[in-house]
Amino acid sequence: MHFYKGNYSIRLLYKDKHVYILKLKQFVAFVTFCLFLSCQQEKGQLTKVQGKQLKIDTSLASVDSISDYIAPFKSRIDQVLDSALAYAPETIPLDDAPHNTSLGNLMADIVFAETSPLFKSTTGKDLDFVVLNRGGIRTIVSKGNVSARNAFEIMPFENYISVVELDGAAVRELIDFLVNATRAHPIAGMQIVLNKNGGLESVDIQGSPFDETRNYYVATSDYLVQGGPSIGFFDEMVNVTDTGYLLRNAIIDHLKKIDTVKAAVDDRFIQLK
Amino acid sequence: MKRRDFLRNTAATSTLIGLGGLSFNSCKGLGSRQITILHTNDVHSHIDPFPTSHSQYANLGGVARRASLVEQIRSENPNTLLLDAGDIFQGTPYFNFYGGELEFKLMSKLKYDAATIGNHDFDNGIDGLLAQVPNATFKLLSANYDFSNTVMNGFVKPYQTYVLDGIKVGVYGIGIKLDGLVTKRLYKETEYLNPFEIALDTERLLKEEEKCDLIICLSHLGYDYQNPDRPSDTQLAQRTHHTDLIIGGHTHTFLDKPDVRINQKGNSVLVNQVGAYGLNLGRIDFYFDEAKNASANGVSISV
Repeated sequence: MHFYKGNYSIRLLYKDKHVYILKLKQFVAFVTFCLFLSCQQEKGQLTKVQGKQLKIDTSLASVDSISDYIAPFKSRIDQVLDSALAYAPETIPLDDAPHNTSLGNLMADIVFAETSPLFKSTTGKDLDFVVLNRGGIRTIVSKGNVSARNAFEIMPFENYISVVELDGAAVRELIDFLVNATRAHPIAGMQIVLNKNGGLESVDIQGSPFDETRNYYVATSDYLVQGGPSIGFFDEMVNVTDTGYLLRNAIIDHLKKIDTVKAAVDDRFIQLK
Repeated sequence: MKRRDFLRNTAATSTLIGLGGLSFNSCKGLGSRQITILHTNDVHSHIDPFPTSHSQYANLGGVARRASLVEQIRSENPNTLLLDAGDIFQGTPYFNFYGGELEFKLMSKLKYDAATIGNHDFDNGIDGLLAQVPNATFKLLSANYDFSNTVMNGFVKPYQTYVLDGIKVGVYGIGIKLDGLVTKRLYKETEYLNPFEIALDTERLLKEEEKCDLIICLSHLGYDYQNPDRPSDTQLAQRTHHTDLIIGGHTHTFLDKPDVRINQKGNSVLVNQVGAYGLNLGRIDFYFDEAKNASANGVSISV
């Protein structure tokens, strides 16, 4: 700024400066050109790659703005999930007998109770029995209050209830599959009795002997329907009705209707001694 | 007059300073330009850390913690991309209650750049996925799902390019066969196209037309299967020509370190996957150098 104080000296200085600026501009242009050239030549040759996995653990601080954002979403979930829906006076296990289990029976009975009226009202038909897969039940019911969170733990998957129409031959195949399975797949609405050698003694469906000449309606998980023959349960299906009703919601709806949850091993699937 | 001269003078000087600064940054940086790729897969709605009582993953994971790690890495190297290889949805009540809203909103807050679509991202149907699109500031990428006849038409791109520190990065998405894995009722008219063919077409386009310097595949095919004809990341890696990195998902594979496979041109391709549930963040750093160095030494990979 002090350059501009005297008129004469400014003129002289200004002339010099003008040349200087021109030179400067030339220099800048040259440097730019060089840079441009070198950047073009050196562009994008990959020379080194390093990979590592970083663990997300307690050594990392949480970002408060993220935690604060999550908080209201979480508290709403906790409020809904942790409110008691019913009370279990005893723990309901999943391994208390070889062919049918307390929790398996409870789950199949709930599916029967909740699906039967729905199926009747939408199709006019009667549900005959229920088959679920043992692997779809992920944990037991512990003694005490039973909450919706427990229903999520028992049935974490988004599986819907489907009703499958099977002909007599397909029902026989399904029964064979259940008899030969290494795990006790939950059933309701039917009774399977094995003789002491493990062969089939009798099958009753809705209290009547299994009739291979007619078709049956079976409520199950859509997982088993989609899985097709490869997972064993259903091979030839005459027809499938998707209820759009989540298995988990059937459990939650049922728990809301009752005060006390009780379940036991019974004679729906037994072997004679 | 005086004022104008002064301005001219200052302008020239500041140009020089600016250029000096630029040359210092970029051309010194040219010796080793660094692109950092951060990635997750199969987070499955795991927003909170696992509880202390968890038998396998006690106190691990959590989005708020992942956020601080991402922030820290981004502050060290702004030339960072954050990517996800699908199955963002399903696995905790957050999804059951909010349908993926919170998952997408948090990924947007963490400034994810792109994600591909996993089979579980169809769990609330294609309409359920569409409903969450407004919550995503990141791009949804899939080159081999054709959504033309669905409500998702126009909301998913086959690939996206990014220019970071003068390096052009192309990211494309590849999804798994939906038939047998997802109910048709959910994915509706989404068409699954051959992942190998589409990947080769897309990487060629990214290399030859988009002139990308670095090509990344975000895949939800799964890491490796016994049957070599079943599309997997390892098979895909061996069939490609231009892909530098495949970030995988679906099989929840915990790799000790990224897998290195050889592609059709005899070059190395990294295949990585970081398990599931947001327990880990994958980090791959790519360093770019002068041409002569590269041809003399090849690419050194330390994993």
